[in-house]
Amino acid sequence: MSKTDMKAYWKQNLGYLAILLSIWFLVSYVFGILLVNQLNTIKFAGFKLGFWFAQQGSMYVFVILIFVYVWLMNKLDKKYGVDE
Amino acid sequence: MGILAWTWILVGITFALYIGIAIWARAGSSKEFYVAGGGVPPILNGMATAADWMSAASFISLAGIVSFTGYDGSVYLMGWTGGYVLLALLLAPYLRKFGKFTVPDFIGDRYYSNTARVVAVVAALIVSFTYVAGQMRGVGIVFSRYLEVDINTGVYIGMAIVLFYAVLGGMKGITYTQVAQYCVLIFAFMVPAIFISFQMTGNPIPQLGFGGTGEDGIYLLDKLDGLSQELGFHEYTSGNKSMIDVFAITTALMVGTAGLPHVIVRFFTVPKVKDARVSAGWALLFIAILYTTVPAVAVFARIKLIETVSNAEYAELPEWFGNWEKTGLLKFDDKNADGVVQYVADKEVNELTIDRDIMVLANPEIAQLPNWVVALVGAGGLAAALSTAAGLLLVIASSISHDLFKKIIKPDISEKGELLAARISAAIAVCIAGYFGINPPGFVAAVVALAFGLAAASFFPAILLGIFDKRMNKEGAISGMIVGLSLMFFYMAKYKLGWIGDMPDSSEWWFGISPEGFGTVAMIVNFVISIIVSRVTPAPPQDVQEIVEHIRIPSGAGEASSH
Repeated sequence: MSKTDMKAYWKQNLGYLAILLSIWFLVSYVFGILLVNQLNTIKFAGFKLGFWFAQQGSMYVFVILIFVYVWLMNKLDKKYGVDE
Repeated sequence: MGILAWTWILVGITFALYIGIAIWARAGSSKEFYVAGGGVPPILNGMATAADWMSAASFISLAGIVSFTGYDGSVYLMGWTGGYVLLALLLAPYLRKFGKFTVPDFIGDRYYSNTARVVAVVAALIVSFTYVAGQMRGVGIVFSRYLEVDINTGVYIGMAIVLFYAVLGGMKGITYTQVAQYCVLIFAFMVPAIFISFQMTGNPIPQLGFGGTGEDGIYLLDKLDGLSQELGFHEYTSGNKSMIDVFAITTALMVGTAGLPHVIVRFFTVPKVKDARVSAGWALLFIAILYTTVPAVAVFARIKLIETVSNAEYAELPEWFGNWEKTGLLKFDDKNADGVVQYVADKEVNELTIDRDIMVLANPEIAQLPNWVVALVGAGGLAAALSTAAGLLLVIASSISHDLFKKIIKPDISEKGELLAARISAAIAVCIAGYFGINPPGFVAAVVALAFGLAAASFFPAILLGIFDKRMNKEGAISGMIVGLSLMFFYMAKYKLGWIGDMPDSSEWWFGISPEGFGTVAMIVNFVISIIVSRVTPAPPQDVQEIVEHIRIPSGAGEASSH
């Protein structure tokens, strides 16, 4: 792998990390903690939305985030020919 | 058949299974002992990680904690799952590519320094020992409650079992027993939860059920908010803790999770880098099955309990109440001598003291489920405690035999000698853990919760910077780890254990952050110190910078090796 390829690969990886970790922060810290009172005024089924994010929603999103990262990185590895 | 008979049968069958697996999966080499030969399929590694991760506390206490704290309990739910995102995205793939056996291995090589290695070994030992003592105690408690044996006898039985499969099988034996233990514990947790959800809401899926309505057509959460306020507790869906403390505790738990050596080492056991990524996903999925059920169980159990005992005639309470009174987990003190149970927030008037563990332990009885379901909870609790204890013991054993003995004291030790040293260290570690299980120092319970803060303050920044900051050198990493650890220790000693002067009031906490959340502050300090110190000291040698380039690319991971 050439130096420029390596740089591009790493940059793309960091880009993915920035996006996915922003979502990670948003669903747990923002929805579940910082804005919990505001979101609690919205209700669906028997849940207040902020409470739901803190005790359910954030965890579902966490699982999805990891599998999305796996999928993105497997594609990226193939593109740069560094998959095993 | 009675509960006791069912419990003996279920515990007997599961223990026989664990021993059978241990004999089948004996370790033949030090590589098998440390990382199960590096050949564990990702899904199985996910299950093993989940069992390793979910301790007696997750299984027995977590639902109770959430049940009594409501929204505030979210810090554990988000904290202990969100850490896996950090692990999968920031640490696991690179550490797997690095391809060594232990966390101190990485720190020692990346920071080209035996001092760094020793600091990491010490941190790993402190974190693992505080954590494992709680697990052995957990084994004893489950034994005593379900099998009517003495707590200490319970600890001895637990020690014997763990000794057998950890010493014989090493990581290989532990991994495959953990897979079995995951199946046992998740089945044991979900069966009662599904029964109760169906009973209370008509929906068998607990995660949906607790957003549903009860027989009276009122949403369960609204009902619980109402009941809580009526009795003088805070509203269930909002909390008591300050927002900054909730933020800090969640962060400390997330980052601590990602920095715990017994969790990280699990990702050394899979064959490839991409397996390390995906097995973190599987691990979190398997963990989330339990963790998303926990808040549902918390709500069901709390409503059932309040409805059954609040303002009930003491003489007419169901049989389970008396059974759990005998264990001391429930205490009724008829202060106004009216024969009626007053359960309220006001301590002067309240007559009922409830141990939070009862929310999981007694829940099946409260919901009048069949005896075999009640017995299952005992087998599940044991699986959770044993699997975590074994994982921690392995970290302790490999820290001693590999990081200290092989890498520092006697580098020319033979493969056979190292394997023997690993087995002896594991055996000694079991005995020490057992000793603490039988004679728990008063501060263990307080310190276990802080193990996360310690991991967050020491390992996480050193590993993260080791991967993402090529310029990070040994001076930066070592000073960061030492300052982070010391600061965390100081805050713990002063504000949690009261060792320095009088125990200060919570109003004196720095920035209003509790000791549980202080790991976040110590971690930030570690980051800042590491970066500043590294920028004013020489850059790491060229070959180390090449290692960093090398671990960023997945291909050519090869097999985990000791060289």
